[in-house]
This record gives sequence, structure tokens and C-alpha cells, in this order.
Amino acid sequence: MLSIQKLRIAAISTAVIAFAATGGSALAQKKYDTGATDTEIKIGNIMPYSGPASAYGMIGKTEEAYFKMVNDSGGINGRKVTFISYDDAYSPPKAVEQARKLVESDEVLLVFNPLGTPSNSAIQKYLNAKKVPQLFVATGATKWNDPKDFPWTMGWQPSYQSEGQIYAKFLLKEKPDAKIAVLYQNDDFGKDYLKGIKDGLGAKAATMLIAEESYEVSEPTVDSHIVKLKSLNPDVVISITTPKFAAQTIKKIAELSWKPLQIVANVSSSIGSVMKPAGFEAAQDVLSANYGKDASDEQWKNDPGMKKWAAFVDKYLPDANRIDSNLVYGYGAAQTLHKVLEMCGNDLTRANVMKQAASLKDFTTDTLLPGVKINTSATDFAPISSLQMMRFKGEKWELFGDIISADATAN
Amino acid sequence: MELLTNQILAGIATGAIYACMALAVVMIYQAIDHLNFAQGEMAMFSTFIAWQLMQWGVPYWWAFLATLALSFAGGVIIERALFKPLANAPILTHVAGFIALFAIINSVAGLTWDFTIKQFPTPFGSSPFLGSQLISTHQAGMIGVTLVLLLLLYFFFQFTRVGLAMRAAATLPESARLVGINTSWMVALGWGMAAAIGSIAGMLIAPVVFLEPNMMGGVLIYGFAAAVLGGLTSPFGAVVGGFLVGIFENLAGTYIPGVGNELKLPIALALIITVLVVKPNGLFGRAIVKRV
Repeated sequence: MLSIQKLRIAAISTAVIAFAATGGSALAQKKYDTGATDTEIKIGNIMPYSGPASAYGMIGKTEEAYFKMVNDSGGINGRKVTFISYDDAYSPPKAVEQARKLVESDEVLLVFNPLGTPSNSAIQKYLNAKKVPQLFVATGATKWNDPKDFPWTMGWQPSYQSEGQIYAKFLLKEKPDAKIAVLYQNDDFGKDYLKGIKDGLGAKAATMLIAEESYEVSEPTVDSHIVKLKSLNPDVVISITTPKFAAQTIKKIAELSWKPLQIVANVSSSIGSVMKPAGFEAAQDVLSANYGKDASDEQWKNDPGMKKWAAFVDKYLPDANRIDSNLVYGYGAAQTLHKVLEMCGNDLTRANVMKQAASLKDFTTDTLLPGVKINTSATDFAPISSLQMMRFKGEKWELFGDIISADATAN
Repeated sequence: MELLTNQILAGIATGAIYACMALAVVMIYQAIDHLNFAQGEMAMFSTFIAWQLMQWGVPYWWAFLATLALSFAGGVIIERALFKPLANAPILTHVAGFIALFAIINSVAGLTWDFTIKQFPTPFGSSPFLGSQLISTHQAGMIGVTLVLLLLLYFFFQFTRVGLAMRAAATLPESARLVGINTSWMVALGWGMAAAIGSIAGMLIAPVVFLEPNMMGGVLIYGFAAAVLGGLTSPFGAVVGGFLVGIFENLAGTYIPGVGNELKLPIALALIITVLVVKPNGLFGRAIVKRV
């Protein structure tokens, strides 16, 4: 017995020493999973290049161009990035098919910034089962911040719920006896925001929230909903709408000569594609919140970060529409992945990619507002979670107040 | 009570959008005896052409006329190039053709002008109409244009030789050929006119819903519902149908508690089915009797 125990101990200690030895040398050596070699890192991506959400396809094109720029300047730690992007037409079954293709046939190291809540929901289980990072997904749903159940999935932008909470906190402070009407898109996007607003208002939701009006994306206009809301006489209108409907809402409210305090969701705060079409006059004093810089906003003309962005667009996307906010979004997301891959050094395993992605400390991209920082940890898979309130004045947004962190307001 | 009148007025305003589109639907149905699923996308494309001309500095009305002419030519060309070779093909082939056209036009527009929404000017202004804040001068103008179009179409189909010939060519092609009507060119003419009417609809709708490649998606379904309700053979019915669908949709959204808003689109679809089952010719359509 004794001798067997001794043998065991000896065996274990040898194993430990051997492990420590190889482990130690592995730090100096290079470690790879499928999709990474001495010369190449393969990144997969899924975008709706066709179909109803094809406007977002520009994000994929921007990211592709970004990594072309990275390659032209020597790659990441000496490795060239191969960016493989497929079209899912915003259709979840197609997204699953493309995710399988990326993992099993192209053998990518990770799937980066796939777009859309439905598509990401469809591929989440598969990628987690395969232990392939589903990194920085391009959707604001709240459920991506769930490291316990889905350790291979991570969001990027602030969640819709936390943005909703920030508006609620703002109203509780500035207009505690407001009568609030919410116009929301009848899908996960709209309902997530609405939940955030209700959570943020807490017990006062019952008295402050006087109307919740939903519309369908298939409706040509939301005019009739605005007419209905006006008849209820609220003094605050929160418009949880996608760009076209946001512009219609702002325009219709102005046409009715109605002057409630208006808040529009961040996804619809683009100057070029919402405020200008709605009419600058109609859009005066509308409120929103943001975490990134708007390329069509003159105040960033001499901003060093946005100058770098502009130089990038000039060289790599010369034909792109510069007021398209997707160009800024794609650049920021790609820059975050660039940082994570740099941090990975020569340990390009999938586990290390997730580990480094969860170790971002006060990182900021060229496109984030001053003061907005990316922070992640093993328990916090929500990279960007702060926003700043802004008010539309003249032809641009004026930021006001402090950077509000939703991390602090959550729960 | 105020809410009711407001919703009816708002319904008439949106109804004008549907009515415009329904007119184009009736036009093409009169010419080819089918519904063209790409009708909305063709109208959207025409509107983009008008927008592009205005971006180049062409004044509104010249751009308007140029777009009408270009759309007419475009409609004729599409028929000559794509559907004339399919003239004797089964209806399913046509449907596949319409859907292909839909996807192609949508993607080409997106590729050329991208997907961000664009402001489209209105010749009527957007101040309140006659002191009513619910209908803007643009919407009143739109209703006016729809009615004028309706009158023109009515006279065209009832009293002009070409109009009568076109109806004959669509309903009884064989007999029409025997009395010396060039049915093939009648069909092309119908495509051209439908495209031109669609372009007017597009240019009137765009200031309200904003210009973008997917702007006609919902509108076309409501336009179909309006045309079916009014009767696919009757321009008058299409316009009345448009207003009815607009009002009906708003009232259902406002007064059916809880689910009203979610039912808005299903209501349009339910309307199509109900009309087809109960009164297949619509409210004002002619009953078509086929000799067996």
C-alpha cells in the first residue's frame, strides 16, 4: 500500500513538474487552435448583405476594409488577418448554415460581430457547443451578457435595456412628474427597451407611464399612432423606433404643432439618416444618448480619432456614404477585436481569445465618445455600458451631463 | 369623439397612399390580367430617379415629368425584354418573373443609392391644411392628385379607343386580335402606363414615408388589399378601397383593445381573403363571365 501511494505521489509530482515545464515553455512557444498559424489568423463574420436589413451590410464591408488596412501595415503580431464574411440575408436558418460553414469548412479561429438578434440567437448554442468564440455580436439585446451559461458569447454595444434605464433615470431626476408615452417597435428590440424604461422607473412606472403604443415594421407610416398618443396628452414621448419610423415620428409631431419632450433611441440618432430627413427644424431639442461619435457631426472634424477614421475611409472605402453610421460602428468594433488579438500575443487559442476579450481595461477606440471606456471581466461580458445624454441643437447633437454608466444603474 | 374623427382623418391621409398604389395595381391588372409583385419596387426605383434628377439640380416639375417619361419607357422596356418572351408561359412562370424583378430592382436601388432614408420634397408644402393639423397640405394634394388620376384613367378606359382596345386585349386576347388590335403592344403600353402611375404614387408617398429601397414593402400589400376590396377591374373601386383600408386599419388599431396594433397588417390580409371569398369581384368590379 505504502509503496503504491508513494509511487502515486511520485507520479503526480513528476506530472506536475512536467506540466509546469511544458507550460512554462509554452508561454515562449506559440500555441494555436484551428484558424491561427504563424502567418495567418482566420476570422469569420456573418452579415445581412441582402434582404430587409441589408443596410447593415456596410458594417461587414467596413470591417473587411479595416483588416485590409491592418494587413497593409504588417498584420497583427506579424500575422495577416483573413476576414471571411458571409451573407445570411438576416435569416436565422441561413445564419446557422453560414456559422457551420465558417467553423467546419473554413476553420476560422472565431466568429466576429455577426449581426442581428435573431441570427445571433440561432447560432449561439452551436458556437458555444463547439467552443468557438462568438465575439462582439452586433446587437444590443441584453442576453449576450451571460458568461455563466454562454461563456463563448460576448456583446459589444450598450444593451437596449441599459439605455432604456438611463432615460428613465434621467426623467426621474429632471421631470419627476412627467406623463410618459412610449412608442415602440413590436419586436425584441422594442420590448427590451421598454423593459429597461419600466425597470428604471421602478415603482413610479405605474403613474408616470401613461401609454405604451406598439407599431409593426410592415406599416408604411406611424402617423396614426402619433395621432392616438397626442389624444392622451402626455408631456414626454419616448420613441423606440428604427431610423425610418424615428424620422416619421419627429416629422409628424412637428406637423401636429405638438411640443412634448422627445427622446429617440440611440439606434435612430444619426444626423444624416434620421435628423436631416425629418427636418432640422422639427428635430430641435430632441433628446437621445450616445456612446460613439457621429461622422456627420461637425464637432469631430478635428478630433484625432475621427481624423484617423476619415483617412481610413478615404483610402479603403472611397465610394462609401460617409454619413452612414455603420462605417463608424464597424471601425470601432473591428478596432476592439484588433486590440484583443494583439493582447493574445502568440497564444492564439480560442480560450485565450475569450480570456483576453474579458480582460479589457479602460480601452477606448478612435470612435468612442471621450470618457466612454470598454471594460470587461470574467463576469462582465458587456464591453460598452456607458452613454451620455445629448440634445439636438441647430444641426448637431450637443452632449450634456456626465457619462452615465449603465453598470451602476443596472439592478 | 375627437379621437374618432382624428383617426378617420389620419386614415384618409394614409388611405390616399394606398389608393395611389392601388391605381397602379388596377392599371397593370387591366393590361395583363395579373398582379405584378414588382409594382412597388418599380415605383420606388422611379422615385429614386426623380430624387437623383433633383440632386443634379433639375427643378421639381421638370424632374417629375422626366420621371414620368422615363418610367413609362422603363415599363415598356421591361415588358419587351422580359415578359414578351414569356407571353405563352404558364402563370407560375410569370409570378417567378415578377418576384425576380422585385429582388433585382430592390438590390440595384440599394447598391446605387444605399439604404439610408432620404428626404423627398413635396410640391404642396407640409403646413396644416385648412387649419386642420391632421391633414397637411401635402396629404390634401395627394388626395387631389389621386382623384385627378382616377378621372383620367376612367376616361381613358371608358372613352378612348386605346383604352377600350387595352381592356379587350387583356380580357379576350384572341377576339381582340381578330378585330385588329395589336394585343402584344397593348400589353407593353399597359406596362408603361402602370409604371408611370406607379412613379406618381412613389413621388407622392416618398415625402411621407421617406425614400429608401424598402419603402414600398408594406404599401404594396395595402395597395393590393385596396384594389381587391374595390375590385381589380375598377379604378374607382381601387381608390375607394384605398381610403376604406386606411380608415379601417386605423380604427381597428385604436379601438380593438390590447391587440389592435398588432393586427394592423393581418387586417389587410384578412380583408383580401374575405373579399375574395365573399365577393370575388370586389365592391365595384365587373363580374367576369367566362364561356366554357
